[in-house]
Amino acid sequence: MINGADTTWLMISSALVLMMMLPALGFFYAGLVQAKNILSVLFQTFAIAAMVSLLWFVFVYSEAFSGSGAWIGNLQAAFLQNLPRTAAHPGTSIPESVFVMFQMTFAIITPGLIIGAYVERIKFGAVLLFSALWLVLVYAPVCHWIWGGGFLAAWGAMDFAGGIVVHLTAGISALLAAWFLGPRRGFPHSVQPPHAPWMVMVGAAFLWVGWFGFNAGSALKAGSDAGMAMLATHLSAATATCVWMAIEWIKFGKPSLVGAVTGAVGGLATITPASGYVGPEGAVALGLAGGAVTYAAVLVVKRHMKVDDALDVLGVHGVGGALGSLLLPFVTGLGLGGTPLARSIGAQFLVQLQAVVIVGIWSLAATVAIIFAVKALAGWHIGREGEIQGLDFTSHGETGYHSAG
Amino acid sequence: MKLVIAIIQPHRLEIVRDALLGIGIEGMTVTEVRGYGRQKGHKEVYRGAEYTISFTPKLKLEVAVSDERAEAVVASIQKAAHTGKIGDGKIFVVDLEAALRVRTGERDTDAL
Repeated sequence: MINGADTTWLMISSALVLMMMLPALGFFYAGLVQAKNILSVLFQTFAIAAMVSLLWFVFVYSEAFSGSGAWIGNLQAAFLQNLPRTAAHPGTSIPESVFVMFQMTFAIITPGLIIGAYVERIKFGAVLLFSALWLVLVYAPVCHWIWGGGFLAAWGAMDFAGGIVVHLTAGISALLAAWFLGPRRGFPHSVQPPHAPWMVMVGAAFLWVGWFGFNAGSALKAGSDAGMAMLATHLSAATATCVWMAIEWIKFGKPSLVGAVTGAVGGLATITPASGYVGPEGAVALGLAGGAVTYAAVLVVKRHMKVDDALDVLGVHGVGGALGSLLLPFVTGLGLGGTPLARSIGAQFLVQLQAVVIVGIWSLAATVAIIFAVKALAGWHIGREGEIQGLDFTSHGETGYHSAG
Repeated sequence: MKLVIAIIQPHRLEIVRDALLGIGIEGMTVTEVRGYGRQKGHKEVYRGAEYTISFTPKLKLEVAVSDERAEAVVASIQKAAHTGKIGDGKIFVVDLEAALRVRTGERDTDAL
């Protein structure tokens, strides 16, 4: 039975999550790169959004959500051929069309997150082929395992809105993409700083608001779960912002805008898997942990592992998503407002740990194979000359900023 | 005629302009430039990582004046642009061979 309020909320949520990609993630990332690469980043988000939408229609929705196989869906919903206008999605009171749309926006933004690792030096064709293969081989299977009735769902893994399905998969794969691509010219000591920090803030602000659709929409209905998820999401973002601000203020004597807004995104990634299961106290606890741990993770990847994950996809998203997934069993019981666990805290933690490790290993293995395929079929690195000239002109024949006249 | 070329800190522009207006200089050209001298750039921190900004933003002022006013212009730019910190800039003075006002065709000191 289709419910109007639930349907409305999920339609709004779908729009909010699409906004996280267009333009929020585009702005967030484009402000962090050099001026000569701004268009390439914006274009990557736009092109991935369009391409993933078509793939979702052709067979990837079916691969993720049709049937109840342990490993992967079937192809019975390919081309969305069995989509009666009035059908409700099983177990919900929203139309199947809205469920397809809502989940599509998640499939759009997840490969989009990986952009942050390979910016400023990758071929455009490689971006498209990598994203397409990654959607089919990493996103859709993992999505099925956890949200489509696969084996991790059967084990009881909890991932309300995508700490594992979205942020962990993207973070791990981003690290590998950056590793195989090699660092940008001058890394680590003379890489150029972000060309437009104000744009990073605009992007992060849109991400913050869009995240209400991402997390509260994942309740798949309007009501108390969605309401509490929205509050928890907001509190975690606010807390992690304050944590980054405090760390930078103490460490460098000045808090920075780019740091503060990065903290917000780290807090949002951390609360994501737990957003529907915690109360306000649990959300603040996750925000504290998320802020501190993502700050450390960004330094570890860049300074100690010396991988040029250019815009810190692993440090902020991968680590945040994994952290929230692992801490989830410990924080649902903080204060009132959380949901009870189906098993003991220790047992649930073990399930979460298994899910994180299995998904992490799968993301790693599949991404390595994808990268080799992309290298062979579409090329990979733009080349030193193209990198120096900038991707805007080299790949697209366009220039982001013209001087007066 | 002399061409006074001053490289100054961007935030001193309004003060320098007021000072030049105060001694009757009515025109100048300002260009945004980047460069470094003994200052050797500065550091900025993004997400905990230090970036060296070796070419720092500066403004380049160009003022064409008659020979007798050149010294006063140089002195007032120096006074107005001075903060005492490293990175305050430089002033160059070069001989100017000719000048022409495009609208009227007036030449040399009449064109200034």
